[in-house]
Amino acid sequence: MATRAPATARAPRRGSTRDGESRAGWLFISPALIIVGVFLIAPIVLALWVSFTDWNGRNSPLFNDNVDVIGLDNYAAITTDDRLTRDLFGRAIRNNLFYVLLVVPLQTALALFLAVQVNRRLLKAKGFFRTAFYFPSVTSSIAITGVFLFLFQASGAVNAVLAWLQVDGPNWMADPRGIVHVVIGAFGGGEPGGWDAPGFLGVSAWEWAAGPSVAQLVLIVMAVFTTSGTFMLLFLAGLQSIGAEVGEAALMDGANARQSFFNVTLPMLRPVLFTVLTLGLIGTWQVFDQVYLTRGTPAAATLTSPAYMAYDQAFTENEPGIAAAIAFVLFLIIIAFSLLQRFVLCDRDEPSRPLLRRRGPRTIASADGGVAQGTARLRAGPTERGTGG
Amino acid sequence: MTLRRRQGRALQIAGVAGVAALALAGCSGGGGGGGDDAEALQVLIGTSGDAETEAVQAAVDAWTEESGVPVEVVVASDLGQELAQGFAGDIPPDLFYMSWDQFQTYAADDYLEPYAAGLDNAGDFYPALADTFSYDGELVCDPKDFSTLGLVINTDLWAAAGLTDADVPTDWDQLASVAQRLTTGDTVGLSMGAEYARVGVFMEQAGGGLLTDDEVTADSPENVEALTYLQGLLSAGSLAWPTDLGAGWGGEAFGNGQAAMVIEGPWISGALENDFPDVQYTVAELPAGPSGQGTFTFSNCWGIPEGADTADDATSLVEFLTSDEQQLAFSDAFGVIPSTETAAATYAETYPESAAFVAGAEYAVSPIAFPGASEVVGEFNTVVPTLATADPQEILATLQGQLEDAYSEVE
Repeated sequence: MATRAPATARAPRRGSTRDGESRAGWLFISPALIIVGVFLIAPIVLALWVSFTDWNGRNSPLFNDNVDVIGLDNYAAITTDDRLTRDLFGRAIRNNLFYVLLVVPLQTALALFLAVQVNRRLLKAKGFFRTAFYFPSVTSSIAITGVFLFLFQASGAVNAVLAWLQVDGPNWMADPRGIVHVVIGAFGGGEPGGWDAPGFLGVSAWEWAAGPSVAQLVLIVMAVFTTSGTFMLLFLAGLQSIGAEVGEAALMDGANARQSFFNVTLPMLRPVLFTVLTLGLIGTWQVFDQVYLTRGTPAAATLTSPAYMAYDQAFTENEPGIAAAIAFVLFLIIIAFSLLQRFVLCDRDEPSRPLLRRRGPRTIASADGGVAQGTARLRAGPTERGTGG
Repeated sequence: MTLRRRQGRALQIAGVAGVAALALAGCSGGGGGGGDDAEALQVLIGTSGDAETEAVQAAVDAWTEESGVPVEVVVASDLGQELAQGFAGDIPPDLFYMSWDQFQTYAADDYLEPYAAGLDNAGDFYPALADTFSYDGELVCDPKDFSTLGLVINTDLWAAAGLTDADVPTDWDQLASVAQRLTTGDTVGLSMGAEYARVGVFMEQAGGGLLTDDEVTADSPENVEALTYLQGLLSAGSLAWPTDLGAGWGGEAFGNGQAAMVIEGPWISGALENDFPDVQYTVAELPAGPSGQGTFTFSNCWGIPEGADTADDATSLVEFLTSDEQQLAFSDAFGVIPSTETAAATYAETYPESAAFVAGAEYAVSPIAFPGASEVVGEFNTVVPTLATADPQEILATLQGQLEDAYSEVE
């Protein structure tokens, strides 16, 4: 990595100390390496192995005469076999997809909004608001789910409030209808012919288009409520590293509050936005606690997630192979979504590219570049619009 | 400042190394499977509450006094998961609760020591229970106790509707008519969980059932008749699922007075005592259907892991725990029905209010539980709540296909 020519000249003298240093270095990181190896790498490799075998959960999956390699059968069981397990997996993917598509944008937008609000210089009792918004994040999700189940009972607090507004609330957690179906039904529509044939992963087109169920809306609201506090902190850190002078510069250039937010602040928050979206995607694709707690409720079939199904296959159905296969398919889905999101966020417009490369100590220097670009675009903005219209 | 930081770093590394050492030591220590220093039997139970834990502990202590073998009772928070982890790590508990719905799966995967057939008391258990815990025609483990389903009736609402003891329903028609009479503004006549474990008893009463002589018979005309009957009650408004009443389960709807009758098991008495002590009730046998009486039995057995070194000690502990006097002690403590016919008879005399549950054991069957069935039953349970408007024939045809797929794997 170092520059080549001088290195050969000084090699003898520096080499010995380097050797000692690197040995010490390895020694010092070895505890971390061992922990990562034993508790992260080894289990992942073992799970990958299990996903190709018919291990029944008894004794070790390695060096065991009762364990046969069955190739891709476990993956076929959840993707191509025309059986209930495949249909359940398809449904879990569908449920989770709607969950991700709603929770990630909503929690990101809410977190950003809250961060901007508590970052105002004129706001009183900042500490209080920051704590209040962050509080749901540090509360156990089990406890919050319990409270939400109470709030959204048929005769619960939410429906009582809706009743004041003359709205007849649904029996939230017992309602498996997809909201798209509900809306179509409200306009007198129904299933168009042929849409109920089993489609991708055994789930019909009509079901793929159902949208999240009414019961899942409760879980979505809850997820947004609990996680936006955490992401608010990340955004807040990002906002505070921007510095007041950038906003002042934008102001001097004649940007109003909204322009300065969308054209200066937001582009500068892109690295944070990237982090928040990635963490959000991973977290929502792995949703488990809420699903586990609501199992056995009437709408449970519309709440399942692949993570929960992996648990169920492993511990209820005694099919660790299928459970491991689900875990790896989930892993691939998360990677695919993260790459997609990276692609979308990177290549959308040219001028902001340097901003994305900005890392670590160069923040301040390139932040200036950002201001220049932001203000340049501000000036360009009205003219473009003027000529365009 | 830098010195401080360096010290902090060193401390951190030392801490990490210490944790790693502990973790590794923990791994190697766990592999022994209870070495020779600790000969204590480990008993893993899934408890219904303190009363059960204390009763099991007391019984086990009594046995330790007799045999000199120490026993440790461990309460599982998620029994299925902890058992699976124990078996995967090759350190299963020496004795554990094995539930009826997981039994076939465990037996099929050779998890269980088939100790029960050779014991003296093998013939004392109710035949339905012996069936539940038999694999390949052989009794594998001793049934611990059991529950059946009965018709639980709120006596105040019953009297308010002008009904007397003579009106207790004995067939489907009478059930429909009393349920209708008990249905008033805020109260439905009958409620039960929207699941196979309740709806299935009507299939049995109609002469159907999901499995008959090794053949899947989910779409039989008898089962259609059963679901159609329930659909009739639903559309008459005399039957409602607990969730539609805003209750978590049948017992809650019953305690709230939202349902005048529910189909539940003996566990309801404990729940009512705790949460709704003022509700007066009586328990009757389930009314007979076109083909006679039918109910479900739910049970646990005492499982011993296959090939365990401690199997002899564990077996003698099971013999002690399933003896009539010990089972009756459990009944006193937490209300379960003894699994042997003689002890259950004594129980029925001692607790006449629960006699109907015991009577059900004569004709009760176990819900289907072959490996892979739970997934299909789970799917059926998501459909049951829609029964009011769905087509029973269609529901059962889907169930038939899924159940056939699952059953073909077993054979």
